[in-house]
This record gives sequence, structure tokens and C-alpha cells, in this order.
Amino acid sequence: MGEDGESPKINHSFLRDYVTEADVISTVEFNQTGDLLATGDKGGRVVIFQRETEPKGESEELCESGEYNVYSTFQSHEPDFDYLKSLEIEEKINKIRWLPQQNAAHFLLSTNDKTIKLWKVSERDKRPEGYNLKDEEGRIKDISTVTSLRVPVLKPTDLMVEVRPRRIFANGHTYHVNSISVNSDGETYLSADDLRINMWHLDITDRSFNIVDIKPANMEDLTEVITAAEFHPHHCHMFVYSSSKGTLRLCDMRESALCDKHSKIFEEPEDPGNRSFFSEIISSVSDVKFSHSGRYLLTRDYLTVKVWDLNMEKGPVETYQVHEYLRSKLCSLYENDCIFDKFECVWNSTDSVIMTGAYNSFFRMFDRETGRGVTLEAWRESSKPRAVLRTRRVYTGGRRRRGDVGVDSLDFSKKILHMAWHPAENIIAIAATNNLYIFQDRVNPENQ
Amino acid sequence: MTKCLLGCHPCFRLNMFSKGTKRKFSDGGEEISEETLVGARMASSYSLQRQSLLDMSLIKLQLCHMLVEPNLCRSVLIANTVRQIQEEMTHDGSWQVVTEAFCSAGQSPSERLVATEVLCRSREQDAEPKLFSVISYEGCREEEVVADETLCSVSVSDAVSNVCLAGSIGQCWEKSDVETDDEALEDSRLGSGEDEEIDTEDEPSREGPKTIGQVFGTFEIKNSSPGPDSALEELFSDVDTSYYDLDTMLTGMQSAPKMGPYDLLDSLAPSHGSSSIVSAPNCRSDLNELDHIMEIIVGS
Repeated sequence: MGEDGESPKINHSFLRDYVTEADVISTVEFNQTGDLLATGDKGGRVVIFQRETEPKGESEELCESGEYNVYSTFQSHEPDFDYLKSLEIEEKINKIRWLPQQNAAHFLLSTNDKTIKLWKVSERDKRPEGYNLKDEEGRIKDISTVTSLRVPVLKPTDLMVEVRPRRIFANGHTYHVNSISVNSDGETYLSADDLRINMWHLDITDRSFNIVDIKPANMEDLTEVITAAEFHPHHCHMFVYSSSKGTLRLCDMRESALCDKHSKIFEEPEDPGNRSFFSEIISSVSDVKFSHSGRYLLTRDYLTVKVWDLNMEKGPVETYQVHEYLRSKLCSLYENDCIFDKFECVWNSTDSVIMTGAYNSFFRMFDRETGRGVTLEAWRESSKPRAVLRTRRVYTGGRRRRGDVGVDSLDFSKKILHMAWHPAENIIAIAATNNLYIFQDRVNPENQ
Repeated sequence: MTKCLLGCHPCFRLNMFSKGTKRKFSDGGEEISEETLVGARMASSYSLQRQSLLDMSLIKLQLCHMLVEPNLCRSVLIANTVRQIQEEMTHDGSWQVVTEAFCSAGQSPSERLVATEVLCRSREQDAEPKLFSVISYEGCREEEVVADETLCSVSVSDAVSNVCLAGSIGQCWEKSDVETDDEALEDSRLGSGEDEEIDTEDEPSREGPKTIGQVFGTFEIKNSSPGPDSALEELFSDVDTSYYDLDTMLTGMQSAPKMGPYDLLDSLAPSHGSSSIVSAPNCRSDLNELDHIMEIIVGS
């Protein structure tokens, strides 16, 4: 991950093209302050980056340089095997969510298809020295050599980051876990798989409450699955989940123990003019996010991102076309399975800009005030460190500008599925296969 | 790879509808207008593309079964697409064409179904009376019941992959006025020798295209989490064997049936002495008698 230095003598380009499957990044998440950025990959590893802070000379302010460097790496999940079904359980990290910080240590939840783990990330930069009974290497001293007593003192050492698993929440899910979300109460979290949503207490690993169950009595009647779920950012009793049929269901846990009946259902009526055999597939919601304000919902389906007002159920208040030029290619995209790609979407810190990924290493940002969208590219060849990103365009007709990319030359293997936006500043992290790109807005670093 | 234009489905739909509307010709109406021809051509190309989409979807469902547990969301979406196509095809009446094509190949799919069912049946089952009712469908004689043991064994080990396909046959049954008791198809079981079916549906469904559900049935796992289904129940869960038939349907589509009625003798295991296949033991005993007579004649 990150940029490799290139030797001028040896041509490493062929090595660069070889991507180890295990290195493909599968999730990206900032913590609540934005100082830490965690990524999970297909090999079950988690890499945490920390933002560098450089104190500026005489000025009292700490100037954040904005550089993120590796802070810690650990193996979160191992490949597993389900002996009953003779199937492998992938170690791929599906989601990482940070807990709000309560003390010096940081906690994060990471999950693969079946098991959620709580990790404690702590620093150690001191160690005790001067034991009476042990020598420097830890061996027990011969008592006869001890002539006087001393008090051990803490001496500074090189910074060590320790990561330890604190809880393992296993056996809660029959199906594949697609989402985890920490509750605003700081004590519970939810985990959602294809058919069920469970609520856990962070301290209790042997029990979880099932709060949504959409498994039909006859599996043959199954036509809809859960695709994503999230707790409301402020109301600890409310959460939303999305389905493969394009519906969003808002649930209130105060109403009943089992929230199979939704409080509100958000659904956009189908456009009869655009009806095809692929209508249902492209309406499937791949990601849902509450706005920071808690007033809006952001959803991503195959061709669009939509903003919904929690007070209006009959349809989205805003719809943005991500790559409408793919509508005529749906059959080919169905054939090569690209139509099932699950793109994520994110809000910026003030909920004024939304962002999502696309193909060909492109990602799109939409300004909600102007309604305009811009296409940017996360690709090593075209961006040097600290260079300004130029906007890209997919040619769909009209006057062709230099630099436009034709629809047929799009690389569908380069998909931007996972991304994160800093909680306070205009810094974004984009995962492009096995590379992590971090972009910062130098013009408007802070949000007004 | 055929380039499908089914993404532009609406325009084809329009043409399909328009071909049915009445046209007024100023010249008396005997001539077929070029537009109607074009419309018909587009309609048939639409059907071709729809068919190829159906085939593609079925193959995708079949390829689900790999080392890692397949993606349930993807399977559900593909299965829904298949259902949609089937519904439209039955609506258009083109589903009948599909089933007739099989019958014209010399064998009604129902016969093959029964045959595979018989072979794959294990000892306990009470479905024999129902079996007779299936056999009596359209007055087929027993000799014409063909059992393809290879199909059966393929189905046994690849049950999941065949599962999804039967949904289409299931609908076929309903449309073809078959008096088949659906339960006959459902109650046949594989027997406990089948490891892979352990986790499938524990409740035999009583209705139509249930087999798509078998795909999802394999996603059930028995683990320590408490649930209404007991592990024992799942161990002895029923398996709907009607999903074999789409596999036979597909193989039937590609080539003429490889086995004639009397090939049954070669493939029939002696343990499967179901009384429904009367011809086999009869033929066997005939042969034995013939041998016996020959021995007497030859005087050995």
C-alpha cells in the first residue's frame, strides 16, 4: 500500500501490475477525530495509518501536515473452514468501525463474513526499569546478590503500538455479515447479514439480540435480502436497513423487540419507461449512510446516488447520476458480473458534498447546493504526490475534449468501491484495488 | 459472447405489442407490410435475447456452488431475474413452445423426472402410490420410462447446481395440465447417503417452483446458535428432486436422448426393485427363462 519508490535502473513496472489478491483493500474508515485511518484487506489484515502532526517552530499552533503514515498492522481474521458445510469462510475484512475514544487506547470493530472482533490499539512508550528481583533481561536474580532495594522507574522507550483482541463475537450469523454500526449510546452495536440483524453489547460476546429477521419460512420464497444497515447518529433507538429491492426501512427499537415491522419505508416507485429485466438488480441498494445531521439518508444503487429526507418516504429528494452511460450496457455488465458490484457512498463533514466510486479508477463528487458533479481519478500514472487532481470526463456525445474517455475504453476491473471522508476536514481516502489514495483539499482544508 | 441488447428492452417491448395491433391497409390488407415484418423480426430477436439471458442466468446460478459460500444477494437477484423471464414467457405463451420442444424430442420431461426419481429414491418412502399417478400421466407405458442413472448420480453430487433450474420445469408442470400431485415430486428423498443435501430445506413445500429455494437452502448452516430448526430435522430434511429435471431438460436440448427404453436394464440396480418399473424385472426374467431354455436345448 502507498507509493513505492522506483529504482531508476530496474524497470519494476511488471511487478506493479501484479496485484496480490490478498492485498486488495476491502474497507476504509476514519476514526471520530480523523487522526487514525484504518483499512482492511482481503487477506484479513488491518493497517492503521496515523496523521502526522508537526509542531511549527515558534507558532503555538500545531500544523497538521496531513500526511498519514503506517501506525500499526495486524492480522485481524484468519481463513476459516466450516466443517459442516464444507465451505471456506473468507478472512476478508468486510467492515471496520471505530468506537468513540474513551481513554488513551483506541478500539475498533472489524468483521469478516461470520465473526466480529473488537481490537484494542494502545501505545506503549515507557517501560519500567530497575526491578529488584529480575535483571535487565528478565531472569530471576540470585537473591544473595541483592544488597540494596530500589524503586523501579519508568524510562521512555521507542514507541510500540500494541494491538490485542478484546472481544470475539462469534456464531451470531448464519449468513454473510455485510454491515456493522456502533450505536450512539457507546455500549451497543448492530451487525447485519443477508437476512438478519443482531444487536450486541460490546461487553457481552455470548449473547446477541436479533432485531430484524426477514428470513421467510420457506427459503424458496426468498426474494429480498438485507444489503446494509446503520444506526442513527443521534437516536440510539433508531436504525435503517436497505434491501436488494431498493427499499429502505427505518426501524424504532422502542416499538417492539423484533423490528420486522418498520416505522417508515422509503421506496421510489419504478419508472415504467426504463423498465427492463435488470431494473430490479440496478435498484438494489449497495450502501446506506445517515447524514451527520441525522436528517438525511444517502443511498447508492448501481447507477445513481440518492439523498432521502427522513420525513419524506415517497421518494428521494435528490438523485445524482453516477454513470448513466452504462444503462445501455447492462446486459454485458450482467454477463461479466459487474452489475453486482457494491459501491459505497459517503458524506462530507457538513453534509454538503457526497461522494461515490465508479469504474476505471474514477470516483464522483456531487455538490448538493449546485447539483453539479465532478469526476476524479485515483490512478498512480496520472497523479504524482501533491499534484492537483484534474477532473476527468467520460465521452457520451457532443464535442469531444482532449482527455475524454470513451465508454468502451473504460476498465471495469479498476473499480472504486471503498472510500472514506475525514469527519472534520476535506481529506478523503480512496481504495483502488491494493492502493490507498489520500487526497486533501488545499484550497478549502476546513469546512465552512 | 453475444452482445445482448436487452438493456434496451423497452424498445423491443413496444414492438412486440405493436405487432398485435390491427393494421389498416389501403390496398385491401392482403400484403404483409414491411413494418410488420420488421416488427416480427425484432420480436423474434427479442425472444432470442431473452432466451439467452435466461440461459446465462441459469448458468450463473449453477456456477454458484464453489469452495466458498456463494453470495446470497447475487443469487437472489439472479433468481428473481429468472422468475421474471419465466413469467413473461408464460405470459407470452412461449413457455409452451419450450416444453413442446422437449416432448417432440421423444420424451416427455415428466417421464424422465419419474425415472430419476425412482432411481434416486431411498427405501423409506411412501410416495409409491403417487408415483403411479405420475406414470399414468398421458397414458405413458411403463417401458417408456427412462432412467438415466448417470443423470441421477450427477444430481446426487451436484444437487445444488441443478436446483435452481427446476423452477422453470415446475412452472411447466402447472401449465401443462399435469395431474401430477406436486407432492410426488417433493417427497422423494435422496437418502442419508447424500452429504450435501443435509443442509437443505427441512420443510417440503407444497407448491410450484420451489426449487429455486433449494439454492438458498444450502445456505443454512447448523451451528450453535439456537433456532427453531433442530439439527436432527435438518439431517433428515427432504430434498426436492424435481430439480433434476432441468438438468435433463438441458441435456435433452443439446442432444437426442442417449438412452432408449431398454437401456434401463443396463443401468437399473437390482436394489431398485420398485414395482412401478414393471418392464425391467419382466425382461430380466424373460432373459433368464431364455437362458434356461437354451440350456435345456443344448443339453449342457
